[in-house]
Amino acid sequence: MIKALQKKLNNRKVIILCSLLLAAICIVTILAPWLAPNDPIMVNLAQKLQPPSAAYPFGTDHLGRCILSRLLYGARISLGYAALICMAALGIGLVVGVLAGYLGGWVDYVLMRIGDGLIAIPSLLFVIGFVGIWGAGLKQVVLGLILVQWVFYARVIRGMVISLKEEQYITAARISGSSSWKVIKKHVAPNVISSLAVMGTLEMGWAIMNLSSMSFLGLGVQPPTPEWGAMILEGKSYIRTNPALMLYPGICIMVVVIVFNLLGESLSERFGIKRR
Amino acid sequence: MSLLEVNHIELSYPSTKLFKGRKDVKVLKDISFSIEEGTCLGLIGTSGAGKSTLGKAILGIQRPQQGQILFQGNDLYRSDKHTRQKMRRELQVVFQDSYSAVNPRMTAEAIISEPLENYEKLSVSEKRNTVIELLERVGLSEQDLKKYPYQFSGGQLQRINIARAIAVKPKLIVLDESVSSLDMVTQSLILQLLNQLKRDFSLSYLFITHDIKSAFSISDSIGVLEKGELIEQYESKDEFFSSKHPAVQRLRESILAEHPRFRTIRRNDG
Repeated sequence: MIKALQKKLNNRKVIILCSLLLAAICIVTILAPWLAPNDPIMVNLAQKLQPPSAAYPFGTDHLGRCILSRLLYGARISLGYAALICMAALGIGLVVGVLAGYLGGWVDYVLMRIGDGLIAIPSLLFVIGFVGIWGAGLKQVVLGLILVQWVFYARVIRGMVISLKEEQYITAARISGSSSWKVIKKHVAPNVISSLAVMGTLEMGWAIMNLSSMSFLGLGVQPPTPEWGAMILEGKSYIRTNPALMLYPGICIMVVVIVFNLLGESLSERFGIKRR
Repeated sequence: MSLLEVNHIELSYPSTKLFKGRKDVKVLKDISFSIEEGTCLGLIGTSGAGKSTLGKAILGIQRPQQGQILFQGNDLYRSDKHTRQKMRRELQVVFQDSYSAVNPRMTAEAIISEPLENYEKLSVSEKRNTVIELLERVGLSEQDLKKYPYQFSGGQLQRINIARAIAVKPKLIVLDESVSSLDMVTQSLILQLLNQLKRDFSLSYLFITHDIKSAFSISDSIGVLEKGELIEQYESKDEFFSSKHPAVQRLRESILAEHPRFRTIRRNDG
């Protein structure tokens, strides 16, 4: 279905559409305190499991909290921390990848073996283990996800740097008297960063998914803080009587992840590794 | 004292094979020669003869395992950092593929400025003036300052590479197949330019090529490199053409006659 849709919408249109959607999502996320009709954590048992009404546009959950408000505030945590994971993972990956690729030798060996050690364990299992040691909580989950994720970027970037290093203009720059640092800054990094933007978009979708999964398992965000994954967990017991409790946050996650992935795919098709 | 003296250098690339252990590939075997100031040594050889490796060794980016390279009397690989930095400045290069020798994201101005920024402390306007001067020197103009590599033809871009090489007034330029990928007309124009620059700045060249004709049009003496060995060195065209060495004969036969009528076609079908 997505293929057929993509055929109809060409690459450029997909990028524009996704960017607009993302911009809208971002604005809504930032303006959550002003847009939300109610306090997201105020419990009101008299109003529990209410259908949509003027006061509660999406209804209320099992503790009588406004679902729309919780969704809006939840976006701040889901998207905000996903962006943090994304930037940290890409940042570490960029630094490690460039160093390992450009310097080579034992630096490369040490950095890459550390990376191998980290990705030897499946990433979710690693984070669960991480939480097992330091206890459940958002901080631990975010840290754990960053720790497993940078390795992939470091590897990709290292490969790119190694192939860039063989380019004649790098040799020419060295002969022109540029130091290693200057060569990295002027010739290597700019070539890597454009691909990094594409990777970052795909990474966002992944980070949102994983953050929500961890919260769904009860390891990440702790109640009463609103977060999409945690909301699905809370609504789980009411799946037969009030499926909306799970449906709304589920749809939110789905839409955001799809938008990020579509954007990432289209961007990589358009601006991916292309030479001359 | 010669400008550049290469004494018995040996260079090999490591190659490790599974089960067979380490076996190094010798690329350069006991090579010695020297280049005087203001002269050009042509280095002819077939591909894989080690020409480019020799060029890299002289540029200071590929350290030979044996022997020494003396530049103005200083050892290129065993001097202190300060001397090496100074030597680096005097040694520049022009590569074969003009497109891959420049960063596609940089303008002509940025490309030519790079060595200037590294070796000289110039103000922004001084730097720009120097770059314009250099562009004019190599037959381009101020209008080309802000152009990107893809906006130039191969010949023009090679001129930019030459401008970058002469920017910090080096003593020796390694021309690694610098004209080989250009068409005949552009080739002769670039060779003319190189000859002109050589005279004006009393430059020395190491002209690496597989093309005998272009080698003779610029070189004062010619060396023939085969399988990592410098087999013979000739001071004149006649010496080269009267040589009996089989490798030289093979190279000589590869020159095409001026007119197809004079060509002797060698058949291998017996």
